[in-house]
Amino acid sequence: MSAAQEVANEIAVEAVPKRAMTLGAGTSLLVLALLIVVPLFVKNFIIFQMTMLLIYGLAVLALNILTGGSGQFSLGQSAFYAVGAYTSAILMEHVGMNYALTLPIAGLICFAFGFLFGQPALRLSGVYLALATFALATAMPQLLKLGYVEKWTGGVQGLVVTKPDAPFGLPMSQDMWLYYFTLAVTIAIYVFSVNLLRSRSGRAFMAIRDNEIAASAMGIDVALYKTLAFGVSAAVTGIAGGLGAIAVQFVAPDGYTITLAISLFLGMVVGGVGWLPGSIVGSAFIIFVPNIAEGVSKGLSGAVFGIILFLVIFLVPHGARQVALLAQHLLGQFKKR
Amino acid sequence: MELFTNQILAGIATGAIYACMALAVVMIYQAIDHLNFAQGEMAMFSTFVSWQLMQWGVPYWGAFLLTLVFSFAGGIAIERLLFKPLAKAPILTNVAGFIALFAIINSVAGLIWDFTIKQYPTPFGSAPFLGSQLISTHQAGMIGVTVLLLIALYVFFRFTRIGLAMRAAASVPESARLVGINTSWMIALGWGMAAAIGSIAGMLIAPVVFLEPNMMGGVLIYGFAAAVLGGLTSPFGAVVGGFLVGIFENLAGTYIPGIGNELKLPIALALIITVLVVKPAGLFGRPIIKRV
Repeated sequence: MSAAQEVANEIAVEAVPKRAMTLGAGTSLLVLALLIVVPLFVKNFIIFQMTMLLIYGLAVLALNILTGGSGQFSLGQSAFYAVGAYTSAILMEHVGMNYALTLPIAGLICFAFGFLFGQPALRLSGVYLALATFALATAMPQLLKLGYVEKWTGGVQGLVVTKPDAPFGLPMSQDMWLYYFTLAVTIAIYVFSVNLLRSRSGRAFMAIRDNEIAASAMGIDVALYKTLAFGVSAAVTGIAGGLGAIAVQFVAPDGYTITLAISLFLGMVVGGVGWLPGSIVGSAFIIFVPNIAEGVSKGLSGAVFGIILFLVIFLVPHGARQVALLAQHLLGQFKKR
Repeated sequence: MELFTNQILAGIATGAIYACMALAVVMIYQAIDHLNFAQGEMAMFSTFVSWQLMQWGVPYWGAFLLTLVFSFAGGIAIERLLFKPLAKAPILTNVAGFIALFAIINSVAGLIWDFTIKQYPTPFGSAPFLGSQLISTHQAGMIGVTVLLLIALYVFFRFTRIGLAMRAAASVPESARLVGINTSWMIALGWGMAAAIGSIAGMLIAPVVFLEPNMMGGVLIYGFAAAVLGGLTSPFGAVVGGFLVGIFENLAGTYIPGIGNELKLPIALALIITVLVVKPAGLFGRPIIKRV
């Protein structure tokens, strides 16, 4: 048995070219227009679901920055989501802060948390990192129930959050206002993420993803950028968590179990790793497919969900990105005729 | 002092559960280089099969053997059907596959046998072992079976041709292929063996934690912790790790204030993270050296 193995041929994440990470300008505007107009014509419950779609979309986007960008795994996003949610809830209910102001604070705290967690995670890769983050996500609900912090977190019962009214006397329902607020935050973060991945730091992330040794030979501070990716990802997840707490009006430890982390992970795989617009597709998958599965068969909903997931893996291993590219290709052929 | 020895004994007893599970985890890691997140569910399903056989009137050891055969075949079938096509796919896709498998098995077991908690028989009886109230004969039997299993595995890997072939296929696949080993089937064999070991673990654990579709959730995490502590590359380490995790968990629960039963799980997780950071190869694992 040779003591030294060849340098890992196994690729954690397939390389995605930088340009393939976003949508064209025309398509982006179309999607945006749809997101703005549709809520005007639907019921409050559907608006609420659309809000959750955006919020989970943000959380999946955050994971996409980490995995698709810097090639690191995480099965522990629910922990950051929980920290963000609790930060917002505690600031709103105990400190009486405005809901909009709590979000940047949630982001900052999660950034610090993610950056610190990134330090030990530096020494791990592949399965080991998946395992460590998995452990983090499993431990989080129990940590939130701890007696020491119960005064703030409300223990097992959790906290109830008041839903904000539309400001300036705008004639809007609370749900609709929250939707547009979430949409604004989502767009801001999406633009930020796209620009981040196109920047010097983004190129550093991708260099690390594709070949760590070559990246460090080019003078990239691998440790710094890897932890930075964790921090940014955690910050975005935290903001999503804060928004989620406001939208659901409730935080409790059992809302942030490993199931949430796994959902977010699946959302990323389905949406296409490294393809940022896919995040919203992935988010739709994790919100609606369990319902569809339940509709197909009540007792076997888990099995139906698993089978759909296997179908996605086998038929479109690159997720929604592959479907989008295929559609583009077909459209191109159609135009030529 | 009495409390201390008692806690250690109790720790060894629970540790035997983790050791069994860790052994299955290490087996599959050796064969395919992945941690199978659905391992616990596979073991749970096998245990249900053996329970069903016993309900139909098959005696315990008959059901035990039949279940072993079933799990072995099932493990191979899962590998051939679902994971062989994914062999070249990124790790990420594989992890998603494990999660899908987890959901499917859990849901199917729930549908067939529903979610009520069931009693599961033990062949060893549950009288106190050698007059000690802390270890029952079942737990002693469990420790015995784990040790026997470990010895059997050692002999298999060390002294048989096929064991050698499996080790070769896992460590240097290219060279193994060159000397005529069918590496693809060695992986399938690894899956089969891991599933069989998992089913043994399940059948031994079931009398303690009771039989239900979610019985493996916590146990699998402790199994991971044990495997990581002992080193993911060493079956012997996995068993030692299992006992250590059991003892550690009990001692921490007794002596560190504010931990109690609530925080035992985070303790196991903290242990995983600490070991991964301080000594990633584990206590008995072989460090992975990369040639640059």
